[in-house]
Amino acid sequence: MLFTSYSFLIFIITVFISYYLTPKKYQWILLLCASYLFYGLVSIDYLGYIMVTTISTYFISLKIHEINQSKKSYLMEHKELSRKEKKEYKKEIKKYTKKYLTFGMLLNFGLLGVTKYTNFIIGNINSIVTSFGSNGTLSFIDIAMPMGISFYTFKTMSYLLDVYREKHDAEDNLFKLALFVSFFPQLVQGPISRYNDLSQTLFEGHRYKYTTVRHGIQRIIWGFFKKIVIADRILVAVKTMIVTPDDYKGFYVLLVMLFYTYQLYADFTGGIDITIGIGETLGIEMAENFKRPYLSRSIKEFWRRWHITMGTWFKDYVFYPVSVSPWMLNISKKSRKKFGNAIGKRVPVYISTLIVWFTTGLWHGAHWNFIVWGLMNGIVIIISFEFEPTYKWFHSKFNVEDKLAFRVFQIIRTILLMSAIRLFDVYQNVPLTFRMFGTIFTEFNFNIFYDGSLLQLGLTIGDYIILLIGLIVLYSISIYQETGSFRVYLNNRPQQVRYAVYSLVIIFIIVFGAYGVGFDSTQFIYNQF
Amino acid sequence: MELLLDILEDIHPDVNFKEKTGLIDEGILDSFDIIRIVADIDEEFDVAIPPEEIIPENFNSAKSLYELIERLLGN
Repeated sequence: MLFTSYSFLIFIITVFISYYLTPKKYQWILLLCASYLFYGLVSIDYLGYIMVTTISTYFISLKIHEINQSKKSYLMEHKELSRKEKKEYKKEIKKYTKKYLTFGMLLNFGLLGVTKYTNFIIGNINSIVTSFGSNGTLSFIDIAMPMGISFYTFKTMSYLLDVYREKHDAEDNLFKLALFVSFFPQLVQGPISRYNDLSQTLFEGHRYKYTTVRHGIQRIIWGFFKKIVIADRILVAVKTMIVTPDDYKGFYVLLVMLFYTYQLYADFTGGIDITIGIGETLGIEMAENFKRPYLSRSIKEFWRRWHITMGTWFKDYVFYPVSVSPWMLNISKKSRKKFGNAIGKRVPVYISTLIVWFTTGLWHGAHWNFIVWGLMNGIVIIISFEFEPTYKWFHSKFNVEDKLAFRVFQIIRTILLMSAIRLFDVYQNVPLTFRMFGTIFTEFNFNIFYDGSLLQLGLTIGDYIILLIGLIVLYSISIYQETGSFRVYLNNRPQQVRYAVYSLVIIFIIVFGAYGVGFDSTQFIYNQF
Repeated sequence: MELLLDILEDIHPDVNFKEKTGLIDEGILDSFDIIRIVADIDEEFDVAIPPEEIIPENFNSAKSLYELIERLLGN
């Protein structure tokens, strides 16, 4: 059931009406039923996986919480213990809870691993075996990856880790935990909410409130605009240029870079707008996943603004644990002694960065192109880190940092850099991506911009005009949002103005949405992860 | 405290760490800085900061960071 399908529209309207007709106390139960119905309608086979994750996490988190509680009571009752004795006791208890945590993580990441990566591993083993001249290869297994498994597994494991870290208590109601894991709007593409944040508004009942519902509907409409008017329209041209890549070299590759960048942006942020908007209509608040990433002035800043809940997940549960682990600190000490302070200090940061970006790439998909894409991000971040002193010197020497032209230059530079790295995602083949990127510098077919070639990509002049208007609207609102909320601004306008804007956007979506021959309202890109 | 201030100033010589109380919230320290600080603290104070303690409240000021070190030393 696509977010952009009529069946989903009927589904959310039904959920919305039933939600506010249900007594506040039972609203969360209705949401749980709706979430399982939604997932079951996608595929009944997937329900087993999400239930295993929920039930296993429920019992393990309760056990960890129980051990931690008895630790606290023991320490309260034995105040006479020396610091050393307390330390030893805590260490023992941590070892014990760690066993449960490890079991929970192995089981759930195992499920993700088996369904998502088994055939990737088999494929790689086969390639290695055949390169040594052997004919014997392993057969691929017939297993489907449950929709949204990457998202709900990450969400659930963050819950388990936070219980282990005593950041919050374990949820003692299995069905409430089941709702947290399966909450339907964010099941298929996030955001990867933390239990601490989402539980604040997910379980409590809400009375119908016109202002929050209006806010939510505005956000949903904005999401549909991005997805149907912009993303699905650009998709047609991108598809044309990558199906037979050898027919589209040189400056076409530049076009693919930029087109895909805005397609993905409009697609993913549009989906998240719909998700967060649905939550708002029900009075449920979710973490923001984007903060105008294409206004970033550096790649580091970009990753603080793009897919934020995934970035913070990797930072909290991979980057910090790896970089402050005893073995990493040991490596740091040794390298400081051997290579000096300057290099020694960099070692843990760089190794952890590459590990994080390798896993981020792997999370996106079981293909080498994603892994290379991840590593490229890590390498660029490390290079930028090395150049930081030079940048600082340049900025102070020429006093350019606050100049508008220089800021625009930095934004364009970041967009181009990110778009170039994204080519791995577009062509989905590492050697092909390198080859196609190389043609930008060898095939100067500048003529494609004026000889009518652009009209052979599946888009008409009208489509390009709509895209241009769409992107201007997108950027204007993004720039406005840097200093304030556009919805607050809109809500403070007279009713006639508000309704004129709504009508205009809805008419734009209906009239200029990418429907009809050649267009197809497609699945969101991040649904496949 | 002086030793901790030396560590911090070594990373950002231009920041007044005695005064600042929003090192994370204001974006002065990023994740790379934090890792370098944790490694330096491990080296100089012989205190291992666990990942669950890497939260804005502990890194927002030199004072809160120092309190964290003292707490971990006490534990």
